[in-house]
Amino acid sequence: MRFKGKVWRFGDDVNTDEIIPARFLNTQDEQELGAHCMEDIDGEFSKKVSKGDIIVAGKNFGCGSSREHAQIAIKGSGISCVIAESFARIFYRNSINVGLPILEVKDVSKIKEGTYLEIDLDKGSVLNLSENEAYRSQPLSKFIQEIIASGGLLKWIRKRGKDAK
Amino acid sequence: MPYTITEKILLHHTDKKSIAPGEFIYAKIDLALGNDITAPIAIRQFESMGAKKVFDRKRIVLVPDHFTPGKDRKSADQAKILQRFAKKHRIENYFELGRMGVEHALLPEQGLVGPGDLIIGADSHTCTYGALGAFSTGVGSTDLTAGFVTGRVWLKVPETMKFVYYGKLRPWVSGKDLILHTIGDIGVDGALYKAMEFTGEVIQRLPMDDRFAMCNMAIEGGGKSGIISPDEVTIRYRESLLRRSRSANARKILKLKSDRDARYCEVREYNVGKIMPQVSSPHLPSNSRPVTRFRDIKIDQAVIGSCTNGRMTDLRIAAKVLKRKRVNSNVRLIIIPTTQKIYLEAVKEGLVDIFLNAGALFSTPTCGPCLGGHMGILAKGERAIATTNRNFRGRMGHPDSEVYLSNPAVTAASAIKGRIAHPDEVI
Repeated sequence: MRFKGKVWRFGDDVNTDEIIPARFLNTQDEQELGAHCMEDIDGEFSKKVSKGDIIVAGKNFGCGSSREHAQIAIKGSGISCVIAESFARIFYRNSINVGLPILEVKDVSKIKEGTYLEIDLDKGSVLNLSENEAYRSQPLSKFIQEIIASGGLLKWIRKRGKDAK
Repeated sequence: MPYTITEKILLHHTDKKSIAPGEFIYAKIDLALGNDITAPIAIRQFESMGAKKVFDRKRIVLVPDHFTPGKDRKSADQAKILQRFAKKHRIENYFELGRMGVEHALLPEQGLVGPGDLIIGADSHTCTYGALGAFSTGVGSTDLTAGFVTGRVWLKVPETMKFVYYGKLRPWVSGKDLILHTIGDIGVDGALYKAMEFTGEVIQRLPMDDRFAMCNMAIEGGGKSGIISPDEVTIRYRESLLRRSRSANARKILKLKSDRDARYCEVREYNVGKIMPQVSSPHLPSNSRPVTRFRDIKIDQAVIGSCTNGRMTDLRIAAKVLKRKRVNSNVRLIIIPTTQKIYLEAVKEGLVDIFLNAGALFSTPTCGPCLGGHMGILAKGERAIATTNRNFRGRMGHPDSEVYLSNPAVTAASAIKGRIAHPDEVI
């Protein structure tokens, strides 16, 4: 899978209350959640994002609650992929499970807001088209690749059969 | 091979002969938990993938605790999804209002979680049950769907960080202060992907409710789980429960501990005699410092409750501070017992009398204000001190409101003073 999109930059420790505030957790609707994505950091975020854009953040992205509404909201806003220096673990596993593309890149300091990136998810490569630089992402383990290749956890289970060990 | 307690529990839930950190396992679960925020997504997925039967109707727990009693129509609809699913699949452990509680206080009280168990919950504070010597971790709704169908979860075996607490606790210092101090030391991602094992003479003397508060906040240090080896305190707690679960016998429970030569990725030691009651300032739990540094911070609201600190021990401490005192005229003090049983005990012990006479309000169990759901949302520019677990921007209401975290004694003292205060200032 390849994506090309504009970068929206965030700092360290972006938490799930910021990605989608709890007051919107009384719905599971992708459009509705997407419209409020990142609202308390940037009230205009969902209006500014174009389909395919990319979030780039510092360390510990998605810390806090286990709400999968965070993945639904990010997808619903039109974001195609999240790049961060590290991810909080529940956010990380939820993204794998639901098929939200995420990449760990060790140092994102050179990726500025508004630049354009081209991402090759299979190779784990990130090309900064504006700066003409390339970054490598941390390779995914085989087990996680298997879930992603199946199209998410539930499809992985269906493929293996529910009684598989 | 020597193992940590976490590795032992995980190994026991696989068909493998050995296990090592970094390895992926597809483990059997003893219990899968969901609430009115996370379970509706899981139930919808369960139905849309055409699943007919849950893996075990006795090993699923559904608790409508976040936006209940129904805070608005949409929230009521979500709680309804749980109720319908529970009825349809004859889920034994669905807890209706009036019999429910905040999930992480309720499950231990109901005897549903115990030493050696492997528990997943679609709620980040599921790590609480590590206080009983269980491996217990927060997951998302899709993991919960998968758990409902297969009775299994994929996990990466975590490395373990060992925390050793020694010395003598100062007055008013509780498990909450130890964990706030620890998170302040390691940072909000200091234990990322790792198990946090809390040990030492101080932990051995720590009451169960304080242990719950510590393991509850492992997630705030980035941890996958928090755990305390079961001991006499654990056994006494289990024996005091109304309904006993499939618990192993005491001798077996006491054997469940890390091997002497188990491998840890890091060991940190704390002399607790140096730790004052802690307060974490906005907007990260890791901003913890001694309470005395915050004496000029005025507050509008104080909240005592949540899956971190809304248990009997917490209410008793709050009552000790509030007895024959008045809540400051500029402050709303909201006290929320975490289960119906705790509510009733608080009534019987006369704690509710003390709270109401002080000018506090006493609510039915709910997660409510902790996550900015309802029952105490902050207005623009308002500031709260709370015994809850997160002080992220906008967590309790308006994005321009603030939350300070503390133990129940400090929150109660602050409610009396109208500003952040050490309990010694009012007693």
